[in-house]
Amino acid sequence: MSQPSSDAARLEMRDIRKAFGAQIALGGVSLKIHAGEVHALVGENGAGKSTLMKILSGAYQPDSGTMFVDGQPYAPANPADGRQRGVGMIYQELSIAPHLSVAENIWLGIEPQKGLVLDRTKMRTEAQATLAGLGHGTIDVDQPAGQLSVSHQQIVEIARALSMGCKIIVFDEPTSSLAQADVQRLFDLIDQLSRRGLAIIYISHFLEEVRRLSSRLTILRDGQSVACHVTSAITDDAIVAEMVGREVKDLYPRSQRQLGEILLEATIPQRGTLTLRRGEVVGLCGLVGAGRTEFLRAVFGLEENTSQKITIAGHSQLAEPRNNWLHRMGLVSENRKEEGLALELSIADNVCLPALKKVAKLGFVSPATCEAHTVEWIDKFGIRCQGPNQAIGRLSGGNQQKAAIARLLEADCDILLLDEPTRGIDIAAKAKIYEIIDQLVADPIRPRAVLMVSSYLPELLGVCDRIAAVRRGQVGEATPVAQTNSEKLMRAATGV
Amino acid sequence: MKTTTSFTAKALNALGPLLALILIWGLFYSFGNQAIGSSEGIESIVQQTVVIGIGAIGMTFIIISAGIDLSIGSAIALCSVIGAKLAVSDNSPAIVTLVTLLAGAAIGLAIGLLVVRAKLIPFITTLGTLLILRGIALGLAHSQPINAQEANWLRFWLNSLPENMRWLIIPPGGWLMIILAALAAGVLRFTVFGRHVFAVGSNEQTARLCGVAVDRIKLYVYMIGGAFAALSGLMLVSYQGQGDPTGATGYELDIIAAVVIGGASLSGGVGSVFGSLIGALIMTVIRTGCTLNGIDESTTRIITGTIIVAAVAIDRLRRKAA
Repeated sequence: MSQPSSDAARLEMRDIRKAFGAQIALGGVSLKIHAGEVHALVGENGAGKSTLMKILSGAYQPDSGTMFVDGQPYAPANPADGRQRGVGMIYQELSIAPHLSVAENIWLGIEPQKGLVLDRTKMRTEAQATLAGLGHGTIDVDQPAGQLSVSHQQIVEIARALSMGCKIIVFDEPTSSLAQADVQRLFDLIDQLSRRGLAIIYISHFLEEVRRLSSRLTILRDGQSVACHVTSAITDDAIVAEMVGREVKDLYPRSQRQLGEILLEATIPQRGTLTLRRGEVVGLCGLVGAGRTEFLRAVFGLEENTSQKITIAGHSQLAEPRNNWLHRMGLVSENRKEEGLALELSIADNVCLPALKKVAKLGFVSPATCEAHTVEWIDKFGIRCQGPNQAIGRLSGGNQQKAAIARLLEADCDILLLDEPTRGIDIAAKAKIYEIIDQLVADPIRPRAVLMVSSYLPELLGVCDRIAAVRRGQVGEATPVAQTNSEKLMRAATGV
Repeated sequence: MKTTTSFTAKALNALGPLLALILIWGLFYSFGNQAIGSSEGIESIVQQTVVIGIGAIGMTFIIISAGIDLSIGSAIALCSVIGAKLAVSDNSPAIVTLVTLLAGAAIGLAIGLLVVRAKLIPFITTLGTLLILRGIALGLAHSQPINAQEANWLRFWLNSLPENMRWLIIPPGGWLMIILAALAAGVLRFTVFGRHVFAVGSNEQTARLCGVAVDRIKLYVYMIGGAFAALSGLMLVSYQGQGDPTGATGYELDIIAAVVIGGASLSGGVGSVFGSLIGALIMTVIRTGCTLNGIDESTTRIITGTIIVAAVAIDRLRRKAA
């Protein structure tokens, strides 16, 4: 059945199937990647990308299907085994041991020994050489890896994979925590690795990254490999259509919006002023670190030095989270995992948290009421889950985000502050969130007001009614979208 | 340039607890009873430090791997009973030592299996074994101390030095502690096993991903902790002349405090054996100093507690600055 030949692919996965209970995660996925190729893997969250990669790494065993590396059968028992057989993974969340030195991290698990003791000289010199080969000879191999910048930690991980002799490296959303300049450097590095004959699998939600790097791409949908294309021969629209399985006609819906009274007036000392009316979406754009998030958080009273006043629905008051909830203003944090959600708690607990009074009688919380309320939101927003009692940490990012927005609405918020609401979530979930935002501000009975921060200009231009640029901590004038474009906004954000 | 600063920082990190020790000792010496600097004073400090210090060597391994053993005091008591029982029934020193150490390692193995196989949280597991081991010790000794005054070879380690052995400066048990600490520090720094202990404590998932046998490392770490607890129990017999099933109560806190004062982080990945020994010395110097200056028990405890909190607070600031 398998005939290793001279033109054997570096990696071949044939008809991989995997089910979790009744749920079929992968229903026969095949993938073929050659040496020196950068192959992109795209698909919505839940399409089966991570399951497929976990099978490749050895973290999961497939129910059926076969894999070959350089024509040889490959069936790793666990991730460590997979690594030793040449498959390395670079995950979004980096996996270094922060207290160990760079050299120790690179050699972790395969430390060279001289008799009973470590061969430190070899560890240092070879780690140094590997890093130099990656164009990062300046990284100090004796430094604790935890002290390095995120981008350098990523380099250490790549060096580790190379030291292990990996021939196939999987990058899973590697740019999500990198600054723009580091992203460029990473891309150059990936090009270099592929020229050395490594096979690279690149997973990303950003089609521009996929275009920049890959020669071919495979689209996954609902656990099936839908298609494999030469990247340059397919349009973005076609990719998206194959990913979601239907035409996405209007990514940014815009219903008839009716401007109402002023809901929020915030003047933050040294940061500027902003007003927000019922029935509109105002966006804050700017470079990372310009102070967009800080402004939003100051409005919500989360920044230090929070004695400033804000005016909500005509009442002046102290910006303070507890106060805000009472006055129907809620915030969705950009940091879902660390701040936004209690990951171990259920969806119901997370959704009902700021408004427990609503689901309580005489001070006793009724779980049944809370669940019933949550089920309504699950249906309304199409949150993909097993039920209201599933731990929210088990959901995909997009579904977590929908639940985070549902929480504000459960608390009857009129003012929604959304910080990077679509970061790291797939395109279908993004479309759903744009739709939710539009419906909220265009609600004929009770239009809400939305203030959102985003790094993605097309999104702001598509969703917002007015956009203000933030530069060096200062919020500028909010301009109606009809009178602006991405070029003007970029100029305002950079001050050119 | 970068390396020099990190080297200085490293040196400061290691020297911090030592400077604190010298400062505290100096304060007692300058403003209190100068007996703390006499050879008897130093001898007494060493005698009292050895039991805690040897326990702290093993605990350092456990804490670096992000574990904890709250039952070490009970394990010390149990092993002191086992050692004393064996010693009084005319077994050879080698047999007594070997069997006691094996008993300690077996205790560690049991704790390790509960943590690794049954996947119980070390904190709760060892809260349980704290009671279990104490119960076994009481049962084995019929709640009575076992007199081991006759076992001269055992008494030798922590007895006051006889005139003809003054050249040793401190009792042999003190030297044993120092030699073992040097060995343990070498194992942690220079062997693959040692680096894997750090890796497991620093980031367990990464260690597993890189093929480190995480479970086996944890088992070894608890066994090492148990063996050191056993040796600490033998030293207790040597010091007190008896195996006491109610002895070593609360030592787990002294030992953990010593390790943390010595620079270890309870969340794992950081720690040093010599730091732990210095931490143990700091605890004893405070206690001895207070006793010599007639400070009552209640004040002594308050001072000790304050110093532990201060040490951890300073450590936190230092880490933030770095």
